[in-house]
Amino acid sequence: MTEPKLKPDEVASIDYVVPPEGWTRTLPDLRKGTFNYGANPKSAQYLGLPNPRAWQPMEADWKLPPDWQRIVLEGLRERLSKYRSLQVFMDVCVRCGACADKCHFYIGSGDPKNMPVLRAELLRSVYRNDFTAAGKILGSLAGARPLTIDVIKEWFLYFYQCTECRRCSVFCPYGIDTAEITMMGRELLNLLGLGIDWITTPASNCFRTGNHLGIQPHGFKDSVDFALDDLESIFGVRVEAPINKKGAEILFVVPSADYFGDPHYFGFLGYLALFHEIGLDYTLSTFASEGGNFGLFHSSEMMKRLNAKIYAEARRLGVKWIIGGECGHMWRVLHQYMDTMNGPADFLEAPVSPITGTPFENAASTKMVHIAEFTADLIKHGKVKLDCSRNDHWRVTFHDSCNPARAMGLFEEPRFVLKSVCNNFFEMPENTIREETFCCGSGSGIGTDENLEMRMRGGFPRANAVRHVHEKHGVNLLACICAIDKATLPPLMEFWVPGVQVAALHELVGNALVMKGEKRTGDLRGQPFAAEKGGKKDA
Amino acid sequence: MNALVSLIVVAVLTAVAVAGAGARPSAFVLGIVVPYAAAAVFLLGIVIRVLRWARAPVPFRIPTTCGQQNSLPWVKSSPLDNPHTALGVAARMALEVLCFRSLFRNTRSELRDGPRLIYAENKWLWLGAMTFHWSLLAVVVRHMRFFMEPVPFPVLFALRMDGILEVGVPVVYMSSLGLLAAAGYLLARRLLSPQLRYISLAADYLPLFLILGIAGSGILMRHFTKLDVIAVKELAMGLSTLQPALPEGIGALFFVHLLLVSSLLAYLPFSKLMHLGGVFLSPTRNLANNNRMKRHLNPWNPPVRVHTYEEYEDEFRTLMKGAGLPLEKEPK
Repeated sequence: MTEPKLKPDEVASIDYVVPPEGWTRTLPDLRKGTFNYGANPKSAQYLGLPNPRAWQPMEADWKLPPDWQRIVLEGLRERLSKYRSLQVFMDVCVRCGACADKCHFYIGSGDPKNMPVLRAELLRSVYRNDFTAAGKILGSLAGARPLTIDVIKEWFLYFYQCTECRRCSVFCPYGIDTAEITMMGRELLNLLGLGIDWITTPASNCFRTGNHLGIQPHGFKDSVDFALDDLESIFGVRVEAPINKKGAEILFVVPSADYFGDPHYFGFLGYLALFHEIGLDYTLSTFASEGGNFGLFHSSEMMKRLNAKIYAEARRLGVKWIIGGECGHMWRVLHQYMDTMNGPADFLEAPVSPITGTPFENAASTKMVHIAEFTADLIKHGKVKLDCSRNDHWRVTFHDSCNPARAMGLFEEPRFVLKSVCNNFFEMPENTIREETFCCGSGSGIGTDENLEMRMRGGFPRANAVRHVHEKHGVNLLACICAIDKATLPPLMEFWVPGVQVAALHELVGNALVMKGEKRTGDLRGQPFAAEKGGKKDA
Repeated sequence: MNALVSLIVVAVLTAVAVAGAGARPSAFVLGIVVPYAAAAVFLLGIVIRVLRWARAPVPFRIPTTCGQQNSLPWVKSSPLDNPHTALGVAARMALEVLCFRSLFRNTRSELRDGPRLIYAENKWLWLGAMTFHWSLLAVVVRHMRFFMEPVPFPVLFALRMDGILEVGVPVVYMSSLGLLAAAGYLLARRLLSPQLRYISLAADYLPLFLILGIAGSGILMRHFTKLDVIAVKELAMGLSTLQPALPEGIGALFFVHLLLVSSLLAYLPFSKLMHLGGVFLSPTRNLANNNRMKRHLNPWNPPVRVHTYEEYEDEFRTLMKGAGLPLEKEPK
């Protein structure tokens, strides 16, 4: 089976012309490369999800339950009564169009149904039809349309062509957040058993083994041991990484890709080296071996189910507080949902850095600190010795991951760390960073091979900005603090900007770290450092 | 098509008003019954809609953060775009409601050869929206002079400022021109941009046509046709003091004006125009980003089935033992 290979020129010839007929009259085009495969029934069954069965979106019959219309409308009614966001966002949009060209999928595909406004109208039209007086009386004149199978197929296509990145909500005059709409849309689809496999199976793995990849406790231990061996050969120092250790001061939770994926792994080495150097009393956990939470991309219920283990494990191990590693959507959950869903964390203590004595007042209730906050504080207080020249082989730019950017506002901490560990840092253009950052195009569980064309389209605005600094400043490294970024930006770079690598923030920290008693052989990738040149900067 | 439907609705309303203005019973309906009914629908509709929104809980604290968070003491946070206090939220909301902060960020993206994406400033929509809404407010405020006696100072002041250019007799109000121009712009961009036309519903054109009709008829009455201002004031005072009476000498154009205003008022609670209330209730804007500092409560936070550590250890105990991992219970 040979697939015609995607070509950048072809993907980039984007036609922004809208069809002549109204949008309600165009049918969803489930074209290969633009959607994800359906959920494996075994995973759905393990999680106790409705309507588990083998099905695929390209088949004509989606094997919906007989009363699917009632299920969806009841589900919508329930959610309208549970979420003020949904009600307000259904009612107040004026269709001013300010959001349209803010969406990376619209920019990259030209498909008008990828304008955030129209993505929301897909749901709004049904809301009007069944829940508003105007829609009931005036029908299509009021922008209402009945719920049909084609509407469901359209929802499936477009709610999985949204990465819940929230960029549109920055520009919306009413703060309408398409992520909320997409989340509701996906919850409704999931009521019918229309989940995708790359969300359902990781969620099921996570429920069982504690992490998305399904790594069992002994496998976790092997990975960590492997990392410790690697660190020894790089630093010449034997580092320890406690696992499931009761009474440690801090529980450290990372996304599972950190100890299994490339280039995430080099960042994992960076964390372990840093914690060793400062003598942190911490523990990893095989049970809370995943901070990421694909439940966020499924339903609020699934999010809560998968997130529960973090506080449960912190309680079991008797730690004082928690540090979380580099991951985007993981931090959306930890920052905006965890305390509400699975708190109160009154059995933990308000976090205080044992190294600097800094109280993390902004995390006093949730008791969980972002690794970038923790490391920035360390560096600011001069607690680690850093040699920036060890990153001189990199010319670095920083990609703000959607969720730490638009759900937290974590902008300065990673930049401070980056500037403290490398000499060559260049920002991408201002419309593409910080709160206006562009998504990698593969977030929210749609980073699959079968969806590759859509991912390359959605990632085009990000890649375009990287190419700008690549050409202007010779940037060859894209640093980021998100596990999905680290998995999906490398193929995106290869497609649009060959010659740019992707790295974790803490890989660069680990590179620059001068460890006591070290006999360094090179950077964390095992490459030799650039020839000694450039200024040394000790923090 | 959607635009045409809305235009026809406004044309029919206009025709009804013209036809009804002639005879006294129908003029009574247009001048007194319809405005009262519209006002009642307007007030009740808004209250019901806002209560419905307010009744729905806010289960999660989901502000969209558009600036640096408050974290370490030496990191400068962005109190307006990412507030973490109630005061900060109030300031953010004020900027949003009074200055359309988010719309001010608007940019335009363009795909050039290369391929190369370019982002350019695009403040036209912001300018149009600001002009439109502030003009509308000024128009509403200065119309209060018809409903109050004596006319209170703020209204007189608004009248004075609005006519400060002192052009024409009677003086031309800036807000009249602003409203007409801005509504015209908002309509033109909807009609001329293929993308906007594609997303526009009849419900997007109707308010614009209504407002253009209202502003047009108002300007016609003030500057071009004769209007018995005394009679209009008498009618308005009667309405506002709940002693309605229909004076003689009110022209057809006024009834057109009044019917379009009444229609707009009655339509408002059922339409997207409720954004005037909704913007205050938007959870991405009106909540402080103090998520990790202060626990937010979800009133319906449901119990869920979780996988406990005990179940986990039960499944993997032997493997864990083999890997030398600490256990809660030793394997049998």
